[in-house]
Amino acid sequence: MSSEQTRKLIVLAAIWAVLLLAPYWMVPLGGYTALATRVLVLGLAAMSLNFLLGFTGVLSFGHAAYFGLGAYGAGLTLKYLALSTPVALIAGILLGGVLGSLLGLLIVRRRGVYFAMVTIAFGQVFYYIAFQWSSLTGGDDGLRGFSRQPLDFGLFKIDILSSANNFYFFVLFCFALAVGAMGFILRSPFGRTMIAIRENERRSRFLGIPVERHIWIAWTLSCFFMAFAGSLYALVNNFADPHGLHYSQSGDFVMMAVMGGMRSFWGPLLGAAIFVMVQDYLSSVTVNWMSFVGLLFVLVVLFFPRGLLGFLQRSKA
Amino acid sequence: MTTLLLFNITNGLIIGAFYVLMALGLSLILNLSNTINFAHGGFLVIGGYIAYAISPWLGFWGSLLVAPLLTAIIGLAVERVLIRPLYGRDPLYSLLLTFGLAFIIEDGTRFIFGAQGKPVTIPSYLSEPLSNDLFFITGYRLFMVAVVIVAVALLFALLRYTRLGIRIRAGVLDLETVAALGINVQMLRSLNFAVGIYLAGLSGVLAAGQLGLEPTMGTGLLMPSFIAIIVGGIGSLPGTLAGGLLIGVASGLTAVFFPAASEAVIYVLMAVVLLIRPRGLFGEEGIMS
Amino acid sequence: MNAPVFTPKLNRRTLIKGTAALGAFQLASPFIIQARGETPIKIGMVDPLTGVYAAPAGNEVMGAKYAVAQINAKGGMLGRQVELLVEDSANDVGIGVQKARKLIERDGVNFMIGDVNSGIAAAIAQVTAEKKILHIVSGGHTDSITGKDCKWNVFRVCNTTRMEANSVCGVLFSKYGKKWHFITPDYAFGHTLYDACTDDLKKLGGTVTGNELTPLGTTDFSAYLIKARAANPDVLILLVQGSDMINCLKQVVQFGLNKQIHVAGTQQELESLAALPPEARIGVWMFEWYWKQPGVAGVDKFVADIRKVNDGHVPTARHWFGYTSAMSFALVANQEKTVDAVKLAAALENFELPDDVKLQPNKCYYRKGDHQLMTSAFVGEAQSKGKDDPEDLYRVDEVIPGDKTAPAVAETGCTIKWPS
Repeated sequence: MSSEQTRKLIVLAAIWAVLLLAPYWMVPLGGYTALATRVLVLGLAAMSLNFLLGFTGVLSFGHAAYFGLGAYGAGLTLKYLALSTPVALIAGILLGGVLGSLLGLLIVRRRGVYFAMVTIAFGQVFYYIAFQWSSLTGGDDGLRGFSRQPLDFGLFKIDILSSANNFYFFVLFCFALAVGAMGFILRSPFGRTMIAIRENERRSRFLGIPVERHIWIAWTLSCFFMAFAGSLYALVNNFADPHGLHYSQSGDFVMMAVMGGMRSFWGPLLGAAIFVMVQDYLSSVTVNWMSFVGLLFVLVVLFFPRGLLGFLQRSKA
Repeated sequence: MTTLLLFNITNGLIIGAFYVLMALGLSLILNLSNTINFAHGGFLVIGGYIAYAISPWLGFWGSLLVAPLLTAIIGLAVERVLIRPLYGRDPLYSLLLTFGLAFIIEDGTRFIFGAQGKPVTIPSYLSEPLSNDLFFITGYRLFMVAVVIVAVALLFALLRYTRLGIRIRAGVLDLETVAALGINVQMLRSLNFAVGIYLAGLSGVLAAGQLGLEPTMGTGLLMPSFIAIIVGGIGSLPGTLAGGLLIGVASGLTAVFFPAASEAVIYVLMAVVLLIRPRGLFGEEGIMS
Repeated sequence: MNAPVFTPKLNRRTLIKGTAALGAFQLASPFIIQARGETPIKIGMVDPLTGVYAAPAGNEVMGAKYAVAQINAKGGMLGRQVELLVEDSANDVGIGVQKARKLIERDGVNFMIGDVNSGIAAAIAQVTAEKKILHIVSGGHTDSITGKDCKWNVFRVCNTTRMEANSVCGVLFSKYGKKWHFITPDYAFGHTLYDACTDDLKKLGGTVTGNELTPLGTTDFSAYLIKARAANPDVLILLVQGSDMINCLKQVVQFGLNKQIHVAGTQQELESLAALPPEARIGVWMFEWYWKQPGVAGVDKFVADIRKVNDGHVPTARHWFGYTSAMSFALVANQEKTVDAVKLAAALENFELPDDVKLQPNKCYYRKGDHQLMTSAFVGEAQSKGKDDPEDLYRVDEVIPGDKTAPAVAETGCTIKWPS
């Protein structure tokens, strides 16, 4: 193995070590396990968005819609259909992913600002549907009356409802699955093509690459991952609400991706960690936390546009 | 039924006129500087609060004239410090920065003025409705439409007949050549931004009389402005004008038949326009792809 | 102008963080071990301090802080000082639930207050029930909290929509007329309020000329008001709240509708009236608590004390909600001499609030069957300006006791299940 590969392996091992031990090192530092779980779920969402934004170069500002749809899918399943966590997750993934893929068919021909605005438009339509269809979704009050069910392995059950640590590890497991799949796709020829499209779309087209089809596939995959994150989010809160579909939620995800570094795989997770922890800490300390978070956005955009990881990479070069 | 429809179409036009004012400012900033100003709603709020703060001294008419100017000056400062470094970069960055700026403005106004809404009085001679049947056309709403018409006329005059206006229009088409011709592009962008913010501030002063004045009042007005621009066509100011009126009427009519969808309908409209005719009603092909 | 709410809090927070860090480094030398009697009892409070409910939420927090100061001045709870830990739910359920968990898991609160937003209140109630924490919902109005979703550990101070409707509908019918037209905000609170009002109206023999369901956050009500006017009702009932109420009333008055139709509604708040221009302060409503109650014990002191911390402004019902919630915890804990949630919940049932807490003329107690505070309804009329006080924007005509306005427990759909 070359030194480059060894270095990457060490970094990967370090990342997983940190994640695996999070409940243990977070608490003495004034954190709490539920916070770590939240970081994982929102980090997965940011990474799903980055799959599209950072690696294909396509900006979706309405991606939270699929996050929210995933949450509703999982919640509705637990509430009305089946008292099973895995079924709920699958239902949520399908709801967000399938609807996303259908919408993708309509919009792949657009680019740039138009694309971003269409994604906002569709996202908001879903938001209003969730808001108004209160008999199904609970409307503004949100969908509640369900909770994550223990994992039944036949021989033994794991209680993920009352044990915060158990739930954290379950979410970490799901996170690992999703992230593994993402990494696998990005390393495949398909993933390389996505990056090629990001770098120079016109040239890719000249090379005979069916650009729209690739963008649609990338879009669909990112919607499925996003819906997965959303389903997990419903389990974190035992609640689903329209706000998860709103464009301001999308804005938060984009910010996490930018803050951590759009061009890197793990960047958005780092961005999510920073965003969640800063918001959590600041909002306990001062009622004016919004100013500080806004200031953080401004500073990141002005001085760290490549995100924290981008900044670190550049200072190494 | 026809009276009901006519009423609501008129009503929709009045609402739309207000959207036009907001959207035009946004459009100006977008066209010349490729900047997506998500803080536009925040500047509306600033305009409203400045008017509230200075009206004990200057009265209603005074604050109407002065507050937007002060807002525009704040806009100039913001442009110089925060927006200027982002020119030449992907519009994503201006979107994110202004998104954060909107947070700061909302929180800042809450910090300075408190979360409690402020009572705003309008002159009593403006508060009377036109007639018993046309009760929804109050003097104030007519006044708002009048202000919008005057502002739009002045804006178009500015763009058509003044040197600044011609330079802005030229800059929208080809900023490089304008720079090569020796015109100070930095100043051009700043002034253009200031004009856009002036319109936002003016919207804020008008809105304060109609709605409750509180820190979160700008957020609900931002998206319709973007939609007005998209529907009318990015890059075309007459398009923005048409777009604003169209979404006002669409929203107003939907409120009659299907009120639950009255806010969602403008998003549906935008989605339809983007799918069928992405350049919008009056936009030019390929201006923003 | 409201002063920012948070000045003394910075010190407490830093203290907690410092203590946590100390604990981590295990410097628990014999000198630093604290006597058990000195560890404070913590009350957690989650409220939307940013967002559209920032004004009422801020006032609730102010009321609770005042209560804690009073409690500590009198010796605290069980001889220990009380600390109020406030977290911002930012009007977002995910954040509200996260903060609730933080307060319970990390900060170890014994009690919980919150949220103004009913949806968040209900979501937090799920967490507090799971963790067995006594929880008082100060300002979230949705009926299900003391109805079909009621829980053994959850109590509520503010009125239910049924109570609000029952308090004012009779007066409106006899005074103003039989044909009512409604402007209803299109979410659960609005729907239940509408159902409650129409049930009362039908029992009295009136008719509904129409119901305009307005999306939350509507700024322009003209389309709905056009329809309402065309229906020619006797009374226009505005069920909208907060910013929607302000916009709607402003437009009702600007359109001159109040000259032809009586304007009324159910819940009204001083925060909304204060944000309206004087000519728009009209209508018959019910308040959940009002500051001007001459001759009622304890009110003058409360008003004077709150004025000192509120930039000279009088307390609103929201201040009273926060105050009552925190005080209820202290009263029942000191009475039972324990902080055990199950014991205290049992003790809170049928617990009657003393004069200096209830601040109203009628008997005020937490009903056993549904844990709803039987608090009075202050029915009256808005006025543009008070005679003696610029903040006296409401004339109270009648103060109806809670157990007269509340439906029977059997009708609420609540069955309390105690943990085994």
